[in-house]
Amino acid sequence: MSNPGNLKYTASHEWVKTEADGTLTVGITDHAQELLGDMVFVEAPTAGRKLKAKEECAVVESVKAAADVYAPVSGTVTAANSELDGTPEAINSDPYGAWIFKMKPDNAADVAALLDATSYQAVVDSEAH
Amino acid sequence: MPSLKQTPLNAAHRAMGAKMVDFGGWDMPVNYGSQIEEHHQVRNDCGMFDVSHMRVVDVKGDGVRAFLRHLLANNVDKLTLSGKALYSTMLLENGGVIDDLIVYFMRENWFRIVVNAGTADKDIAWMKKQAAQHAPKLTIVDHPELAMIAVQGPNARTKVWEALPGSKELSEHLIPFSAVEMGSMFIARTGYTGEDGFEIMLPAKAAPFFWATLAEHGVKPIGLGARDTLRLEAGMNLYGHDMNESVGPLESGLAWTVDLKSPRDFIGKASLLAHPPTRKLVGLLLLDRGVLRDHQHVHSAHGEGEITSGSFSPTLEKSIALARVPNGVQIGDSVQVAVRDKMLAARVVKYPFARNGKGLV
Repeated sequence: MSNPGNLKYTASHEWVKTEADGTLTVGITDHAQELLGDMVFVEAPTAGRKLKAKEECAVVESVKAAADVYAPVSGTVTAANSELDGTPEAINSDPYGAWIFKMKPDNAADVAALLDATSYQAVVDSEAH
Repeated sequence: MPSLKQTPLNAAHRAMGAKMVDFGGWDMPVNYGSQIEEHHQVRNDCGMFDVSHMRVVDVKGDGVRAFLRHLLANNVDKLTLSGKALYSTMLLENGGVIDDLIVYFMRENWFRIVVNAGTADKDIAWMKKQAAQHAPKLTIVDHPELAMIAVQGPNARTKVWEALPGSKELSEHLIPFSAVEMGSMFIARTGYTGEDGFEIMLPAKAAPFFWATLAEHGVKPIGLGARDTLRLEAGMNLYGHDMNESVGPLESGLAWTVDLKSPRDFIGKASLLAHPPTRKLVGLLLLDRGVLRDHQHVHSAHGEGEITSGSFSPTLEKSIALARVPNGVQIGDSVQVAVRDKMLAARVVKYPFARNGKGLV
């Protein structure tokens, strides 16, 4: 699966989608779910929580391992995807649809500084060696 | 990075789309897609595992039985029929576990031992050192040139019989935990999944063809990821996790494998008798949402313990664990497990958690 060109990415394997109202939707990339394998548990941050960029704010657990999810930018959590409570495997089957949380960024310009799909792919490729 | 060791099936795994990982220095398949699907495949039908990284060690010569009587914590005198197998630990003088293993009695001058991959070299060194002192005429020869394929699941034996002409006649009457030779192959009704099936040793050069033949008969490949969740559900110990050189068998749920009743002496016996266990291995079932993992701390009314193997049980769809806890902890007790910044509720349960296709908890 290629990384959608309309998203931004972090080197810690989150994807970020900017919605029309400026809200950010955050999930983990196809590469991240592939590394982790079958997802069995997601712990998302609660709405209202203030996040600093690169702060650990969610946990995804596969059969194999637990992995932290990091805030892509500073801001405030506005929603968590409660559907993942019952269907964590959606992250495996649809990584760019199965969002984990939404947030309002403190500074919209921070989002522009994140990686684009090509730069993120370079990060993935460099990890493979 | 030193190059990883490969089994004779390495190319076959890659061709089947395996995700390969460094498993204790071996380049091994962790899954071929979904670990959970592979797990269910074995519980409900059958699957095959490459366990060629495990090592076969033959101990031969007059007096093998007497030597093993001294070397192993379980008593090889339980083995009277050719082909019968016994699970045992091999202990240090201080009672710590060097390794767990299966020993097969073949003839009075030949016992075959299968040991773990990561411990094989130290195991063989230890055996040779003990033999030099107690039985210098024995030969101890390991067989890294033998591959091993485990076929496990309710339909495993039937599939092997279909794939391997002549094997049915030889192996259909094998009772569990026994083996038979078939030419250069060795067919054992053993496993590490809690399901019926075979573990088959064969020359490395024959392994890719046999693997491909099993695949043609519909046997799916299963990675080491599912192997771990299957063995955990089956309540089987994993060396280096549930026991090691600093923890003895009596505190690792393995008292049933230690013969302290017979008058025979064995390495580690004096220490086990001098140090009665204060801890024990129990099963845990997580009641809250989350996943139990190795090394998480367990808080009980009787003191602290630690998870030795924790994961998600695909059969129960809950998280389960083995944990070493103070002796006072009883089945049915409620305990708390520290998971990151939270304390999660778990219940102490009997294990195995699942076997023969069914959840037991």
